Amino acid sequence: MDAPVIKTEKLSKRFGDFVAVNEISFEVAAGEIFGFLGANGAGKTTAMRMLCGLSIPTSGAASIAGFDVYKQTEKIKRNIGYMSQKFSLYEDLTVLENINFFGGIYGLTNSQLREKSEQLVTKLGLQKESKKLVGELPLGWKQKLAFSVAILHEPKIVFLDEPTGGVDPVTRRQFWDLIYDASDKGITIFVTTHYMDEAEYCNRVSMMVDGSIKVLDSPANLKKQFSANSMDEVFYELARGAKRSDN
Amino acid sequence: MDSVTLNNISKTYNKKKVLAVDNVSFSVGKGELFGLIGPDGAGKTSIFRMLTTLLLPDEGTASVDGLDIVKDYKTIRSRVGYMPGKFSLYQDLTVEENLNFFATIFDTSIEENYELIKDIYVQIEPFKTRRAGKLSGGMKQKLALCCALIHKPTVLFLDEPTTGVDAVSRKEFWEMLKRLKQQNITILVSTPYMDEATLCDRIALIQSGKILSIDTPEKIVEAYPGKLYAVKSEKMHQLLKDLQAFEFTGSCFAFGEHVHLSFKDDEKDHQPELLNYLEEHGHKHIELQQITPTIEDCFIKLLKS
Repeated sequence: MDAPVIKTEKLSKRFGDFVAVNEISFEVAAGEIFGFLGANGAGKTTAMRMLCGLSIPTSGAASIAGFDVYKQTEKIKRNIGYMSQKFSLYEDLTVLENINFFGGIYGLTNSQLREKSEQLVTKLGLQKESKKLVGELPLGWKQKLAFSVAILHEPKIVFLDEPTGGVDPVTRRQFWDLIYDASDKGITIFVTTHYMDEAEYCNRVSMMVDGSIKVLDSPANLKKQFSANSMDEVFYELARGAKRSDN
Repeated sequence: MDSVTLNNISKTYNKKKVLAVDNVSFSVGKGELFGLIGPDGAGKTSIFRMLTTLLLPDEGTASVDGLDIVKDYKTIRSRVGYMPGKFSLYQDLTVEENLNFFATIFDTSIEENYELIKDIYVQIEPFKTRRAGKLSGGMKQKLALCCALIHKPTVLFLDEPTTGVDAVSRKEFWEMLKRLKQQNITILVSTPYMDEATLCDRIALIQSGKILSIDTPEKIVEAYPGKLYAVKSEKMHQLLKDLQAFEFTGSCFAFGEHVHLSFKDDEKDHQPELLNYLEEHGHKHIELQQITPTIEDCFIKLLKS
């Protein structure tokens, strides 16, 4: 197996007396679809912010795409993609303007941008909408576009924070098709979700409870371990013992 | 008498350019737990805001508790409870101050209706001197529910109370709703989570401002046309691709650990052919069985037809 693209060792973050993330250690391989699950307040967002180079850990070590989370945060940011349900694209820019804007920020040249934006628009079937304001698109389209923009610069890893929240069931599945495509191209997917059926689509999932990673395995093994019929049951079994609730 | 009635309600935004609610009619009986199920942008919030008299419909009429939503808006406001999707309490007031504030403006007191909120309030009472803005998401949600209930409303509107909430807290929230229902309060709740539909007495499936179907969850499932199968093998992503290419496949989509599949027709049993086909394509440990559709299956079917 290739060197892991995400590697953490006893990574921790404290805010005063509060241990938001408590010594998490794990590795994610290139091209893997990794589900990062946990109850509200378990520490997922804080952990993710450290992995994205947005928050300096209190202790422990981690390297993202080969870069150190303490010293090389700018390099990390250039080598990852990020999208969340909340932070999306600029609603008052058109589809093409958004692509050009974000591509430009990530240092794509004009000719790369021309080529990439055409490919992207064709792939998503947005030819007719390319000059429309993003705000006018339905949510499902926005989320698919946001994901495609997040991987425009071909990052090694893309972090997805609840990318499918509130999206209709058909579009939600189309979104996962895009995830699989990206994974086939070798992009590592790091994804959080509240939909437990989506946990099944991950190669491996971890579950955080009260700042620690309680379990980490493939969905099939986790179900076996907890004698559960679904990931929903596994989640319930683990998370109901949580002392912390919420962010 | 029905608690809530909508007759041909439509609502547009942006100088009629955006049709948010498209000729919607339904009614909700007294004491019913009614779910409006659909994705973001389906029109759920617009419907709630019209029924709570915060928006005027372009067309159609509606009543809440027998009162007209346009003419009798003042009386309606004093009777209904509304918990918006976005946290809307005063962030700089404490838990207790917020509750007191809402009790006072509805001309009542916490003591008068304490029975109704007791179950929920005891969970946040240890933090009653904390500012609402400093509460965790789950506690904010409980406080908002208490504030919406403190004047003993006849109809309670809950707009996506469980969005972004984890699976355990979602379950707890629905248990609270079940207990409230026993108090004979009519509850309208909206949610994008299809699995919550079965917890309602009746549901409306809604997309793009239109109601796709409206009935009890059981009857919606019974009305699913044709047979539905769950398929599983060792290579799930490949399985989905191969099933899409199978000549008798009507529809197929990922569904948790299975792929849900329906055939183009059910006149002939295509299962043996399918098993052969999958084996030819190198699949191992194939599982194939007919299943009862879920609400999500029904929704997908309705979206595609």
